[in-house]
Amino acid sequence: MLRRLLQLTAITTATLLPFTSHAAPELPVIQAQLTSPPLVPPPTGRKAPAKVVVELEVIEKDMPISEGVSYTFWTFGGTVPGSFIRVRQGDTVEFHLKNHPTSKMPHNIDLHGVTGPGGGAASSFTAPGHASQFTFKALNEGLYVYHCATAPVGMHVANGMYGLILVEPPEGLPKVDHEFYVMQGDFYTTGKYREKGQQPFDMEKAIAEQPTYVLFNGAEGALTGDRALTAKTGQTVRMFVGNGGPNLVSSFHVIGAIFDNVRFEGGSLAQKNVQTTLIPAGGAAIVDFKTRVPGSYVLVDHSIFRAFNKGALAILKVDGPEDKSIYSGKEVDSVYLGDRAAPNLNAVTTATTAAAAGTLTPKDQIAAGQQLFAGTCSVCHQANGAGLPGVFPPLAKSDWLGQDARRAIGVVLNGLSGKVKVNGKDYDSVMPPMNQLNDDEVANILTYVLNSWGNAGGSISADEVKQQRTKKPAATTQAAH
Amino acid sequence: MGLTTALLALAGASYVALPAGTLDSVLARDTDRKPTRIAAFALRETPVTRAEFKRFVDAHPPWQPGRVPTVFAGAGYLLQGLDDTAAPVTGVSWFAAQAYCESEGARLPTWYEWEYAAAADATRTDARQDPAWRARILGWYARPANGPLPVVGGDANVYGVRDLHGLVWEWVDDFNALLVNADSRSAADPDRLKFCGAGAIDLQDRQNYAVLMRVALLSSLGAADSTGTLGFRCAREVTR
Repeated sequence: MLRRLLQLTAITTATLLPFTSHAAPELPVIQAQLTSPPLVPPPTGRKAPAKVVVELEVIEKDMPISEGVSYTFWTFGGTVPGSFIRVRQGDTVEFHLKNHPTSKMPHNIDLHGVTGPGGGAASSFTAPGHASQFTFKALNEGLYVYHCATAPVGMHVANGMYGLILVEPPEGLPKVDHEFYVMQGDFYTTGKYREKGQQPFDMEKAIAEQPTYVLFNGAEGALTGDRALTAKTGQTVRMFVGNGGPNLVSSFHVIGAIFDNVRFEGGSLAQKNVQTTLIPAGGAAIVDFKTRVPGSYVLVDHSIFRAFNKGALAILKVDGPEDKSIYSGKEVDSVYLGDRAAPNLNAVTTATTAAAAGTLTPKDQIAAGQQLFAGTCSVCHQANGAGLPGVFPPLAKSDWLGQDARRAIGVVLNGLSGKVKVNGKDYDSVMPPMNQLNDDEVANILTYVLNSWGNAGGSISADEVKQQRTKKPAATTQAAH
Repeated sequence: MGLTTALLALAGASYVALPAGTLDSVLARDTDRKPTRIAAFALRETPVTRAEFKRFVDAHPPWQPGRVPTVFAGAGYLLQGLDDTAAPVTGVSWFAAQAYCESEGARLPTWYEWEYAAAADATRTDARQDPAWRARILGWYARPANGPLPVVGGDANVYGVRDLHGLVWEWVDDFNALLVNADSRSAADPDRLKFCGAGAIDLQDRQNYAVLMRVALLSSLGAADSTGTLGFRCAREVTR
């Protein structure tokens, strides 16, 4: 009745007042394309505002929160976080919120990108099996969180009711090769972390702000293994990163990457060269960086126990050619012996210089090899080349070396594993590959060995080592390790 | 349980008498923050079942889907159909529930009556401060509603009333006086004018979110609306 009266009043007012059109000129009507995480809708690509129709459905459903652990999530669009919405600044957004008939709860939506009381919450309060509509103008550009604001608000958010809406600046965002949608949230279950079975929400833990899980995209493993984010080297990657909370603030970090640009707090300013950016609960950030070196990059909340004990881990897998000038991989894995390992490496320098000048003599090689041997080889084979009986074969007066000195090159480069008979005794252990040594170093060490402790003498050249290195290593049992 | 429903079917609906008493409601009226007095009344032992509602619709054709005006029952009315099971009927509008209760010589309970009966557990008349009481209710909220509903006839509370929690939401007579602000966060600054003469009932016990969610559900509905998890039971004045 009241509504009817109000309608009558409105009609009367309209007929009495001169008709002033406050409606904007006719806008093109566009159905918003929504995406499930980690996908992001394509740029709007528009030069002018439009009327964008968004249809978002609330679904309450059981989904795995971890392996063998089920949780009843309340979702915007069937996923946690909810569907990604992308509009352009100046757009008029006609928002339809549908609450699925199988829902138990009424729900609504508060979009932080809305200018108006409640961010749309009161206008979108929707019973199960109903739909609500309201319209707002996207006045401010930025990346905004949306969430359910029905009582108890914290519980609705803790059950996964949040997502992101991007209001593009009029000129759009700079073009990149990949855009990803990642959102952190904290979860509270009555059971312990990874306790199997259906786990109900725990209000006490939520009030105490002691989450059982801290997760990217709503489940442990949502962005790892087969579901890891992927890119190629030399590409630009942009991440729209939100934090739904309900409680925790995220220290968002990608292990092994530096963000070239961070639009912190989802706003318009960009900070450059950032390691870790703080994302408040109910806030967001846009980060981008260039992939330069292949490998797995781990997204974490750098409040690090959350990453390794509560699940806040995701992977960006970058494929492509190595760039050793930026990152070499492991170059040296040597034993560190304190004083003993700080040798005078002058002779090595001398040998390197001589080799470059083409004046390298066996004497230079032996002197350099002695110093390198002390750092790398003597730990096992001992400084006097005697080895350790039954464990490490001797290099002194070695019949094995005497039979074929050249095969020692392969041993240094590729390692040696399995049975070998030296000076009448059997050895069965593992020597790891020493391929961190360069060709000069291997040549010098072996030359030193051949000219020491009663061995037959001779020399090994860097060229010989180089040739051997380019050959495919002989198949050994090394592969099994 | 099977026996209970069988008896109900034979003897007509069973009503349980509740004594007069007082209730600290989760709702508080502006004018009166003292406990609310509840007069003695009788409450249906179980929610109305699908079989019972089917008999009602058969006997009262104007309430059949397709015949009932949409102002009394919206598009979701009896959407899942009816059958002869003892599962609680859902998809019923407030008007239809009210009409059914009249056919039993009864009415819908008021919110206070419902809350008064539902505050009990098996041994106490007010168990609301017991975390176990709350946890059982929340356990039901956490279960999704996409499977078929179980039949009525759960454990009786101290009054002998069954299924107040853990089965369905239930209509109350004065559901549209439960004027919870649609944006619950602004309750510190309620838009009181919006609530006219209804007296701006607001939530007092914010900790008791288990009950709060039931109020939130009811306040999201209109009288012609229905949902797949919303049923009802009836109440009567006590005959002396």
